Amino acid sequence: CGTLDLTPSTELTSASVYNDPANYKLVLAKLYAGLAVSGQQGPAGKPDISGIDEGFSTYLRQYWKAQELTTDEAVIGWNDGSLPDYHEMDWTSANEFISAMYNRIYYQITLCNEFIRETTDDKLSSRGISGQAATDARLFRAEARFLRALSYYHALDMFGNVPFVTEADAPGSFLPRQTTRTELFNYIESELKAIENELAAPRQNEYGRADKGAAWTLLTKLYLNAQVYTGAGRYTDAITYANKVIQSNAYALEPTYQRLFLADNNNSKEIIFAITFDGQRTKTWGGMTFLVHAPVGGSMDPKQFGINGGWAGVRATRSFVEKFSDVTGKTDTRAMFYTNGQTLEISDIFTFSNGYAITKYKNLTTAGVAGSDPEGNFPDTDFPMLRLADVYLMYAEAVLRGGTGGDLTTALNYVNLLRQRAYGGASGNVSSINLQFIIDERARELYWEAHRRTDLIRFGLFTTQAYVWPWKGGVQQGRAVEDFRTLFPIPASDLVANPNLKQNPGY
Amino acid sequence: TVKESDGTPLPGVTVQIKGTTRGTNTDGTGVYRINVPENATLIFSFIGKTNQEVAVGNQNTVDVILADDSKSLQEVVVIGYGTQRRQDLTGSIASVSAEDFQKGNIVNPEQLVAGKIAGVNITPSSGQPGGGSQIRIRGGSSLNASNDPLIVLDGVPLDNSGITGASNALSFINPQDIETFTVLKDASAAAIYGSRAANGVILITTKKGRSGDKLRVSFSTLGSVSTPIKYLPVLSGDEFRTLVNERGNATQRALLGTANTDWQQLIYRNAFSTDNNLSVTGTALNIPYRVSVGYLNQQGILKTSEFGRTSASIGLTPRFFDNNLRVDLNLKGTIIRNRFADQGAIGAAVAFDPTQPVYSNTELYGGFYESIDPATNAPRTLAVRNPLGLLEQREDRSTARRSIGNLQLDYRLPFLTDLRANLNLAYDISDSDGTIFVPREAASNFNRQGINNIYSQKRYNTTLESYLNYVKDLTGINSRIDITAGYSEQYFRREQPTYPDVNVIGTVINPAGTPSDPKNRLRSYFGRVNYSLRNRYLLTATLRADGSSRFSPENRWGIFPSAAIAWNIKEEPFLANARTLSALKLRLGYGVTGQQDVLNDYPYLARYTFSDPTAQYQLGNTFIQTLRPEGYDRDIRWEETATYNAAVDYAFLEGRISGTIELYQKNTSNLLSVIPVPAGSNLTNQILTNVGSLRNRGIEFAINTTPVRGEGINWDLGFNVTYNQNEITRLAKVPNPNDQGVLVGGIAGGVGNTIQIHTVGYPTFSYYVYRQVYNENGRPIEGLYEDRNADGRITPDDRYRYKFPAPLVFLGLSSQLTYRDFNVGFTMRGNFGNYVYNNVLSSRTSYANFTSSQGFLANVVPGIYNTAFANPQYFSDYYLENASFVRMDNINLGYNVGRIINNRANLRLTGNIQNAFVITKYTGLDPEVAGGIDNNIYPRPRIFALGLNLDF
Repeated sequence: CGTLDLTPSTELTSASVYNDPANYKLVLAKLYAGLAVSGQQGPAGKPDISGIDEGFSTYLRQYWKAQELTTDEAVIGWNDGSLPDYHEMDWTSANEFISAMYNRIYYQITLCNEFIRETTDDKLSSRGISGQAATDARLFRAEARFLRALSYYHALDMFGNVPFVTEADAPGSFLPRQTTRTELFNYIESELKAIENELAAPRQNEYGRADKGAAWTLLTKLYLNAQVYTGAGRYTDAITYANKVIQSNAYALEPTYQRLFLADNNNSKEIIFAITFDGQRTKTWGGMTFLVHAPVGGSMDPKQFGINGGWAGVRATRSFVEKFSDVTGKTDTRAMFYTNGQTLEISDIFTFSNGYAITKYKNLTTAGVAGSDPEGNFPDTDFPMLRLADVYLMYAEAVLRGGTGGDLTTALNYVNLLRQRAYGGASGNVSSINLQFIIDERARELYWEAHRRTDLIRFGLFTTQAYVWPWKGGVQQGRAVEDFRTLFPIPASDLVANPNLKQNPGY
Repeated sequence: TVKESDGTPLPGVTVQIKGTTRGTNTDGTGVYRINVPENATLIFSFIGKTNQEVAVGNQNTVDVILADDSKSLQEVVVIGYGTQRRQDLTGSIASVSAEDFQKGNIVNPEQLVAGKIAGVNITPSSGQPGGGSQIRIRGGSSLNASNDPLIVLDGVPLDNSGITGASNALSFINPQDIETFTVLKDASAAAIYGSRAANGVILITTKKGRSGDKLRVSFSTLGSVSTPIKYLPVLSGDEFRTLVNERGNATQRALLGTANTDWQQLIYRNAFSTDNNLSVTGTALNIPYRVSVGYLNQQGILKTSEFGRTSASIGLTPRFFDNNLRVDLNLKGTIIRNRFADQGAIGAAVAFDPTQPVYSNTELYGGFYESIDPATNAPRTLAVRNPLGLLEQREDRSTARRSIGNLQLDYRLPFLTDLRANLNLAYDISDSDGTIFVPREAASNFNRQGINNIYSQKRYNTTLESYLNYVKDLTGINSRIDITAGYSEQYFRREQPTYPDVNVIGTVINPAGTPSDPKNRLRSYFGRVNYSLRNRYLLTATLRADGSSRFSPENRWGIFPSAAIAWNIKEEPFLANARTLSALKLRLGYGVTGQQDVLNDYPYLARYTFSDPTAQYQLGNTFIQTLRPEGYDRDIRWEETATYNAAVDYAFLEGRISGTIELYQKNTSNLLSVIPVPAGSNLTNQILTNVGSLRNRGIEFAINTTPVRGEGINWDLGFNVTYNQNEITRLAKVPNPNDQGVLVGGIAGGVGNTIQIHTVGYPTFSYYVYRQVYNENGRPIEGLYEDRNADGRITPDDRYRYKFPAPLVFLGLSSQLTYRDFNVGFTMRGNFGNYVYNNVLSSRTSYANFTSSQGFLANVVPGIYNTAFANPQYFSDYYLENASFVRMDNINLGYNVGRIINNRANLRLTGNIQNAFVITKYTGLDPEVAGGIDNNIYPRPRIFALGLNLDF
């Protein structure tokens, strides 16, 4: 008679996996990969989360949609489920895309918790792991805490009052408690500060892994938005941490703007933290595959993007296009529009030719060679989640908002560094800046990099009549929507699963 | 000649002159000769048949048709681990034997009994050759775990999971080898199979040699032609040109071609099939045997689809030690060869621009016309592909070999003859592999330069079962007891190697992933007591304890009890004189069955899995194969279904009218359902866990009659009807009134769109749609729906739950008339109250099909003239259609030519029409859609078949 205690032979169990120090980095890699791919099989198969199409389910694709489709920077022409609700700003707690974002965030958090729980000093020593292996494990653990803080930051920004779990909560059937936005803000701040000294020095870690620069930049973002999150501004702290990034001198602006978004952007010294992709080894139907394919349609030539075909989905609204006085890109090279056969106005969101297309992301190298995927599906291009230009602009904004520890001259200089790159000289330089200029400059510099929703909220422009764009609120001329939409709803599915949770106001 | 009620000759029938000991047997072709005195009466008898007496008079030839005896409650019925006299049954057991099977070009075993058994609904998934069917016994008792019944072949419980390279695991069994098909419907009958019996059990017994059989050779051949019944109406080239010229812009009009191509005509064909079977039965060295070989080749009506099966079986049934040791050895081997057509061609043929030609007159893309992006001269990535190209440019072939064998030893202990020991050792192994080749120039895989892939799988399943059976007539107290106790162990193992994904020029597109070899084991102890008092009062109690490796040690064992009582009212003295009533029995039963088929072999274990080479992550200059912790439910356990059953079996006029009325209720608790986990509490967002409950309630009514019975003539008529209603009664660990339910039923058109929902208080898979608003002309108004929550906006909250895909009522009607050498019969089936979401219509009735497409035009269906929608309105209840139907499954004719070749052989000819007609209001191609979402399903053909049977 055989045993009923059968175990898989080509997999590991949690009991065995951490006994071998060589496995630690493999688990860590999964924590990073959770931001990029949809599961353990590329481009699809063995998904991490379910209940939604795998390609749609990836962290970056959902994060990008939540941050961009809700704003003037992007519309999408697809009739997938309640996807149009993003731009119409009438989403409900049943929206499957919002649920997918939320589920991805908590997937990352529980994954990180598991690793953090299994890599305490006590557990390492009980397994006899010491020396270099233990040193490595501690650094991995600090990075896992960074990744958890990053996802909690996204939860803070998008959902506000959310379930709270740490490494103390092992997987099982329990109901996580709900935290408040302020409490969560404090937790993220304390976590990032706690690991600040444990992480590798800026750009001293392996490519793709978080370092001090990443933690500082995230702290800068956290502080810059503190007014929104907690009701109390922390602009001085924002300047402090922006300075740490800038004064580390580890980062430098990429000389040519377009190069930040090409297949070999992993060489850039401007990028502080990237989600990496590879045409052969990191494949997904979400992530950068979406960001390179979805904006290509109409008469655009896919070869010019290093891909085999476009998905004819994403374009920009007129309000965003008008942030540039010259759409040709001949003056401000950041104006990367494709207008041939496209109309400026959008009379029908489902028609690709309505609205200017954007040519920012490409699967071509600096030399113009297509990426490594012989099929032309999956780009090599990495996603620049945190980069120096953002830090410059955050510095300038924090100064304008009254933070101390910085000055206007430096701020103006930082802004003009970006403009000189954009204009290829001093012709675009400005002599003074104000907050209105900053929000528009952030659009010009950082569009389609998943900052826009957060930025518009911080400037009070997201829901209000102060700024409307085509199809905001579901009408062509645009209209204000309810203020509660600055937060997304807790998905109905989690409210049912977890009676401890209370819905965000308004939903 | 003596024949069965379907006209086949019956060998081995005892023919006796009444009042004497003189008699003879019919030979292999049913013929007998006997010298009789004047005024003699002949008695014809055969196991399983009603005896018949015929006065000879002055006839030289007396032909007799022996009717099936199942109605007379005398026969022996196969049950779990043993047999029982029908009159002793307490549970709900229905069996169909060979002569009542569906006739014609039957490829899969389950098709033999479609429409024949109350409470059993068999829905072929499509018209794909060799394709499987959805079998539902008294509704599905589970949401996410399997709803398929357990299938037991000659005592061996089979692994129901799919076999790579075969579209249906059951298709490995040659229907021609099957003797009886028995369905255990209620828990009292099925609980002996415990944890796998929640969806009922099907016992299949194959034909065997019988002791004393003379050499008998049967050869049959059947040739058939399958034809498409109808095509989906789409716009013709001219109609489409008119519409695009009216509605399209200049760019779109410029894309129009000049052809008038009917793409559906191009992808379908008349398909030919042959089915040849040879069987030899006899006795050699005192060992009865049956050897059979079969060869089937079936073309599908979709071009390039093909199914071939070569099967062989050997059955030896020797008896030793004065019949005290009975040995049953069965070996079956089957090789299936498939060519799978690219079924995407079905949808492509509906959607492809009818104004374009089939061929481009260029060398590009194999000469097939394709929509090309002028910028790159490559096929447009989003465009519909040439349907004929999809078919002809894909070679997708598989070979699957399977062997099932068992050795059953049944020993009656010489010192205690009431006790039997039974040992059953069995294996079920399969080995399949396949290749997929798409040439480099094919537009479908142009970017990757073709496909040249292989795949394979091996399965090894072993079974060991043994039991003791003690039967004792306690005549002193007018009682009989029958006790069984046994042990069973089954081990299931699969080897799933992985292969790289390669293109035609040898470039590896995706390296091989991680291979796996999942396995699981079941160990069980079971027992049954049958007690019968005065042949009138019957009691059955069973108990099974099952242990499954799929659950944690704490939850591993499940106990599944059942009890049933029956009262043979007819045996009571007060009914002894009721002549017209030949049987009346009341049965009551209760039992618990389980479900452990959770689609994963280790759901309770905390596992870490490696990523494939295509899902690595770059850290530094190294790409790392990641390790992922899997979500798990340490507490996952059995799903349990408690069944109540009440039934009356009746028979009148010596069994010429008989049948059963049954009432049942099945309550499933600890329902295995995929539900969202509280965010942050597990390593996944959804998990399969025991939550909620589900109820099925129903009534079954079956009646079998013989309206005409006489010398040389017999007419059997059978009818059954089932009403089944299902409802989800709980769906969360903590019931919550705000829980809208679980969205299911993905549709084509928009990624992630679903049309069905599981909600407490509603049937499973209820449709979840908007209520369409119509204008005064009765035409649907685009985007205008009933604002059910009256908030002034149409939001997803305005959807409502309306209808469901399962039939509320389904019925079957069978008739078989034999007159002398002719017989004619038919089988009809009907489903009522089943609704289908017409996904073909919903995705092809908006102008967006050609106005928002990118550089190519996609065809629409005439329904667009009624909708005139600019954009698809997938969630409108307009697309929900009543798919009730009555289908003439089978009409058959037979003629017994008689003896040929110097009286050495008997020849019989048959003719069949399958799927003769369907009466329905459903507007799609076929109303019978398993799952209820009609989206370009491989259509079921009409089949005309001619057959020839030769018996030596």
